[in-house]
Amino acid sequence: MVLEIKDLRAGYGPVEVLRGLDMAVGAGEIVAVLGANGVGKTTLNKVLSGVLPLTSGSIRFDGREIARAAPDAIVDAGLIHVPEGRKIFPNMSVRENLELGSYRRGKANRRSNLERIFETFPRLRERSRQFAGTLSGGEQQMLAIGRGMMAEPRLLILDEPSLGLSPLMVEEMFALIRRLNAAGLPILLVEQNVVQSLEIASRAFILENGIFAMRGAAADMRENPELRRVYLGL
Amino acid sequence: MYAPEIVAEAVVNGLMSGATYALVALGLTLVYGVLHIVNFAHGALLTCAMFAVLGLNLWLGIDPYWAILPLALIFFAFGYGLQRFIIGPSSHGEDRNTLLVTLGLSIVLENLMLAAFKSDTRSLGADTAFDVLELGPMLISRPRLIGFGVALATAALLWLLLSATDTGRAIRAVAKEKLGAQLVGIDPRHIFAVTFGIGCACLAIAACLLLPTFYVNPRVGNAFVLVAFTIVVLGGMGSIAGALVGGLFVGVVESLGGLLLGESLGQLGIFLIFILVLLVRPTGLFGARA
Repeated sequence: MVLEIKDLRAGYGPVEVLRGLDMAVGAGEIVAVLGANGVGKTTLNKVLSGVLPLTSGSIRFDGREIARAAPDAIVDAGLIHVPEGRKIFPNMSVRENLELGSYRRGKANRRSNLERIFETFPRLRERSRQFAGTLSGGEQQMLAIGRGMMAEPRLLILDEPSLGLSPLMVEEMFALIRRLNAAGLPILLVEQNVVQSLEIASRAFILENGIFAMRGAAADMRENPELRRVYLGL
Repeated sequence: MYAPEIVAEAVVNGLMSGATYALVALGLTLVYGVLHIVNFAHGALLTCAMFAVLGLNLWLGIDPYWAILPLALIFFAFGYGLQRFIIGPSSHGEDRNTLLVTLGLSIVLENLMLAAFKSDTRSLGADTAFDVLELGPMLISRPRLIGFGVALATAALLWLLLSATDTGRAIRAVAKEKLGAQLVGIDPRHIFAVTFGIGCACLAIAACLLLPTFYVNPRVGNAFVLVAFTIVVLGGMGSIAGALVGGLFVGVVESLGGLLLGESLGQLGIFLIFILVLLVRPTGLFGARA
């Protein structure tokens, strides 16, 4: 397993948001964590990337315990988090944003990785000198993912990559995630978009009020009557 | 009216003293732009640097201009430590705490200097202050000309650092998007401290440029910081270009004001323009619109 989480608990002050999570992501897998707003998805991502301290539990990445590691050490290890809301640097050019993606990791291959990302996202090349804050939502999401790719991730966490995008862009985003994964990159996909996430994921976890209410192969989940009723309204 | 040569000379002299103002303002605006705090200890730190220049000269015979590089490095390290181990940890992530900590720091520093050096006003006592160059019809003060050159070079170096190095980019990244910066592996605590250190290094350089023509006492820094605040607001809070242009502008206004209203009222013009700018364009000349 690339990522293994055991009995993870975390929260803000006295409020416990994550109430004991167990999950794992294997090599080459897309694993989806699905759930509505406010169930703890973003909290989970923040804990995984070390921005928010956990209260108890264990996180193993590539066989190493990273539960108490600092965010920069976690980036060093290759666990790269593309956050909800993109969090790109609006006051800097597209190119500078990408270059900062390799601030700690992948610095040696900065030039060739930049070229590869420009090939994946021709729009970013066209706008490489433009301020990132002037990009459209879809382009900003591409930039955020591109910035993550610059660090040569060993696992990519994508938090709500389809949020706020047009239906056409959403299709494109999911196709892209599939392509990145086809190249061997394991992905933890955290989404509200249940239908499309289940289509590309191999396994899925449903997060409800800080615990995994359901888990299993994505193919089975798609047929699960309760899930269809609650999340798809069918 | 005055003869054009006299006005021209006043403008040139104003530009030259403005460059040093700009240097003081650069440190202030950089710290504000990145840490989002107004550093109330800026004036006291400038005074510290000026005493350091004086001390190096009196005890070790080091020329203020030779002190620029070593003192800039020492003050960078001092500023780094101050932010990393005192201001940062004591603020617990709350901006208003930081404000009070820097205010407290300025009181402590000022009184330490009062205790150590008494309230006497001192100067290098060298005759460099009267060293002038003839440039056509104009008389240019040599220390001020050097100050102008060094201040502009420092600003250029700072600009290069911010735009062309990873550390500089990290500084700009943290200024606008802290979480995003952390997720690419930037440690904001380190970057905050580097930024504060750069601000202090700017003060050390300014002190080296000031002392050949200026005096020092335990409160002298405040006079400069008052002008620097004006420049920072004038140029737009957090804007490097704004601090530079604002500094030069304020220098010229002060100099022309001194010419027209008499030397002691020279600063009146600065604050009149300051109030005007606040009324007409509160975000400053280079500031982003809210």
